[in-house]
Amino acid sequence: MYRVAVLGERDSIYGFAAIGLDTWPVDNAAEASKLLKELTDGRYAVIYITESLQAMLESEIDRYSAMQVPAIIPIPGVSGNTGMGMRNVKKSVERAVGSDIIFNNE
Amino acid sequence: MITTQVNPTRMELTKLKRKLVTAIRGHKLLKDKRDELMRKFLDMVRENKALREKVEAGINRANKNFVLARSVMDDEIINVSLMAPRQEVYLDIHTRNVMSVDIPQFEYKTKTADEHDIYPYGYAFTSSDLDDAVKSLADILPDMLKLAEVEKACQLLAAEIEKTRRRVNALEHVMIPDMQEKIKYIMMKLDENERSTQVRLMKVKDMMLEQAHNYSKRMMEQQ
Repeated sequence: MYRVAVLGERDSIYGFAAIGLDTWPVDNAAEASKLLKELTDGRYAVIYITESLQAMLESEIDRYSAMQVPAIIPIPGVSGNTGMGMRNVKKSVERAVGSDIIFNNE
Repeated sequence: MITTQVNPTRMELTKLKRKLVTAIRGHKLLKDKRDELMRKFLDMVRENKALREKVEAGINRANKNFVLARSVMDDEIINVSLMAPRQEVYLDIHTRNVMSVDIPQFEYKTKTADEHDIYPYGYAFTSSDLDDAVKSLADILPDMLKLAEVEKACQLLAAEIEKTRRRVNALEHVMIPDMQEKIKYIMMKLDENERSTQVRLMKVKDMMLEQAHNYSKRMMEQQ
């Protein structure tokens, strides 16, 4: 049985605890990268991470993109949507097709 | 252009010809694989985009509700209210094979059977905004899990497409032309050898006839 984790600034994620996800509040990138390593040991199948943290940990997160689990998925934080998550989708389109044909440079 | 030297022998030629047939067949298969992967990927990425828009809008709505709730309630009360969650989410993973890419599929189970039984607090000291906030998050959860599944699938498919495309290109533009060149080289070399053997034989025959019948002497005598 796998669980679902949420990693991010406390204010952005505390609500997820109520619906049964494990929340892991962090304050800075160093702490987050340490925690991310711990969370990717196989307990969690899905790790939601706030966009602002994802931007800081991009190189580390890219390492997991080729693995089946965990799926590390960016979500918008309380400060608003930065478009980071969509950019990731766009990136995978560019990787597969060679150029972006879905978003047409939105 | 031949990058490595080959032995111009018949054995090498047969080997190369056999290899070329395999390469051409492999190229065709990989090309088909790439096309099918691409079709699946484009379907999936469109779904991914739609889901992400939906989830991001949902989370933004929930965040707004949480901000509202915090504005009317003390931080401590919110913390205490959400401290002991009632619900827990477990995932089971199955894999689905799409053109030899293993794609995880999540099946989620919740600890309490009733999906409306989510509020981990009594209603006495909390504002209704908190209820709204928790509800809006709970509503978006199935889509969030679906998004995780689809987004992971897209990443895995993108990696596989990239790999397959490289292979197709390597076969099409490097391996196959290289082998054809080598085969041509060996055939020309063998033909050339055959011609030179024939010429040598003709020459030897001339020389032997000359020795046996003394043609040149006789020609001189006739003159």
